Amino acid sequence: MATITLSNVSKDYGGGPVLRGIDLEIREGEFVALMGPSGCGKSTLLRLIAGLEEPGGGQIRIDGRLVNDVAPKDRDLAMVFQSYALYPHMTVRENMSFALKQRRLPQAEITRAVEGAAAKLGLTALLERKPKALSGGQRQRVAMGRAIVRNPKAFLFDEPLSNLDARLREQMRYEIRKLHRELGATSVYVTHDQVEAMTMADRIVALNDGAIQQVGSPQDLYDNPANLFVAGFLGSPPMNFLDATLAQDGALVVEGQTLARVPPPAGLASDAAVTLGLRPERLALTTPTNSVPTRVDMVEPTGTGRVVHLALGAQRLKLFTMDTRPLAPGETVGLSVPPGAPLLFDPGSGTRVA
Amino acid sequence: MSKTFTRALHALALAAFVAFALFPLFWLLKVSLTPDDLMYGEGVRLWPSRVTLDHYGAVLRHTQFPLFFRNSLIVSAATGLFATAAASAAGYAFSRFRFRGKAWVVGVMLISQMFPLVIIVAPIFRLLSPLGLTNSLTGLVVVYTAFNTPFAAFLMQSFFEAIPKDLEEAAMMDGATRFQALRRVILPLTLPGLAATGGFVFTAAWSELLFSLMLNSSAAVSTFPAGLLGFVSKFSVDFGQMMAAGVLALLPVGAFFLLIQRYLVQGLTAGAVKG
Ligand SMILES: Nc1ncnc2c1ncn2[C@@H]1O[C@H](COP(=O)(O)OP(=O)(O)O)[C@@H](O)[C@H]1O
Ligand SMILES: [Mg+2]
Repeated sequence: MATITLSNVSKDYGGGPVLRGIDLEIREGEFVALMGPSGCGKSTLLRLIAGLEEPGGGQIRIDGRLVNDVAPKDRDLAMVFQSYALYPHMTVRENMSFALKQRRLPQAEITRAVEGAAAKLGLTALLERKPKALSGGQRQRVAMGRAIVRNPKAFLFDEPLSNLDARLREQMRYEIRKLHRELGATSVYVTHDQVEAMTMADRIVALNDGAIQQVGSPQDLYDNPANLFVAGFLGSPPMNFLDATLAQDGALVVEGQTLARVPPPAGLASDAAVTLGLRPERLALTTPTNSVPTRVDMVEPTGTGRVVHLALGAQRLKLFTMDTRPLAPGETVGLSVPPGAPLLFDPGSGTRVA
Repeated sequence: MSKTFTRALHALALAAFVAFALFPLFWLLKVSLTPDDLMYGEGVRLWPSRVTLDHYGAVLRHTQFPLFFRNSLIVSAATGLFATAAASAAGYAFSRFRFRGKAWVVGVMLISQMFPLVIIVAPIFRLLSPLGLTNSLTGLVVVYTAFNTPFAAFLMQSFFEAIPKDLEEAAMMDGATRFQALRRVILPLTLPGLAATGGFVFTAAWSELLFSLMLNSSAAVSTFPAGLLGFVSKFSVDFGQMMAAGVLALLPVGAFFLLIQRYLVQGLTAGAVKG
């Protein structure tokens, strides 16, 4: 178990900064997800922690010790690679023993540790097989086994589930969580999948374009996103963003219609242009007479409910409803925005203003 | 129907190619077994009416061929060893590291391959002579190693590049130094590449004539390609013995490839990554 602290860490491969001013404290035993779109620098950040890359600037500390110049082998961290990186010429047992042999543990102890980890992951019957004789899901488990057998200070995961099919991914999500609960080891989990981040993490670090956008619990990021990036990344269907003006009295006007009222915010010019964020599932359908009339564009059933695409003047938005009344494209329906639902962002900088 | 037809056509094309490629070897064998009195007497036939091993006996007992053969073996084995070792180190660095001057090193190695060897034989001779490396097997090993390493390095680079970087990074996370990762994870996976590169360099050194002829004039340090020329005298060519020597010279190369062929099979890295 370990704490990992990054202060003002940056990285540049020579083509402009890949990571900028990263400050992050990962607490003992915590499960932290590094979440962001492809190419935003997640893997680079993880590899900096692992010691596989050298930081361009800043300090990386593990348990308070500065490790900038410490080799990966001396950091006592285990990593699960996206490609699994199993040693192809070794059996599952040899793969899992590798790190322990490297440490010159007695053979009996190695056997015990490997068999214990194998039992935990359901790999006992596969111990004498080579990786090429395993399915994708089994390889993934071996990669996990190779990490947990060592009992390291912390686990680093780089999109470990992205090569699995949807059902297996869901199951492994659960199993990794369960393992984390049992082992209690600090874990850093890289993913571009907001569902993985939401369901697995104690805290999410939202990363975009090489910089941290927000750090917090999944619910906190979902309910109180710091900016347009975080707001748009979490949630499916994603949050609606509408061009709106905010009147002095707190009326939010979209396409000439007052959609909602918010407490008049201080410090905003009168009739300020804002980006209005609305979560699809917070919106409700009513009759056109007692709320804002909108036109139904399309209806997508999802099983649990329906995603209704609405046109409000020239702008489009989505609404998620479990209401079962018949809806036809072209029909006019009422849109109701409950108080508390509107999130306001500065259209220029994208930061949240209310 | 059409599938069997294409398959037959395929087999036919392959057979034609194999026949074309192997015919000179067959002819070598045939001539080496033809008795002298039938050599010109029977015209062109696929197989002589009588065969003999006399030429082989003569080559082994009455010529210096065993000596040439031994020299060739020493030179080729040493070249194969040194060039493959140097090429592996260079190829690994090219494939894994970014370092200053890398483009230059690669460029110079490429350029070194562009000159016809005939042009540089004389300067090389001038260079080696004061060092006492002419008329010496060591000199040949040095020259062959130098000239084979660049291509071999590019060959090894491509083999290393086929091995995912993740593997040695995983080993380093598992407590290995880079060198231990190389030895315990990468090297076993590169055996096919090492075998192929070693085979290539060995064969190149084995069949090299120009430098061997120009740098070494004493019979004691001649390799067998130069030695073969000894069967050509002013007045005649002893085809029977020359071909017998040629067949004998094929043996080590054949044996070498037989030995390494199991490493040449593909698929050793299968299963490393998701595949
Ligand atoms: N070894 C490298 N050399 C040069 N650029 C790199 C290297 N590794 C990553 N990058 C660049 O850094 C950026 C972030 O990459 P990465 O951390 O892999 O993103 P992510 O894991 O979030 O998809 C990308 O633009 C990528 O092209
Ligand atoms: Mg990545």
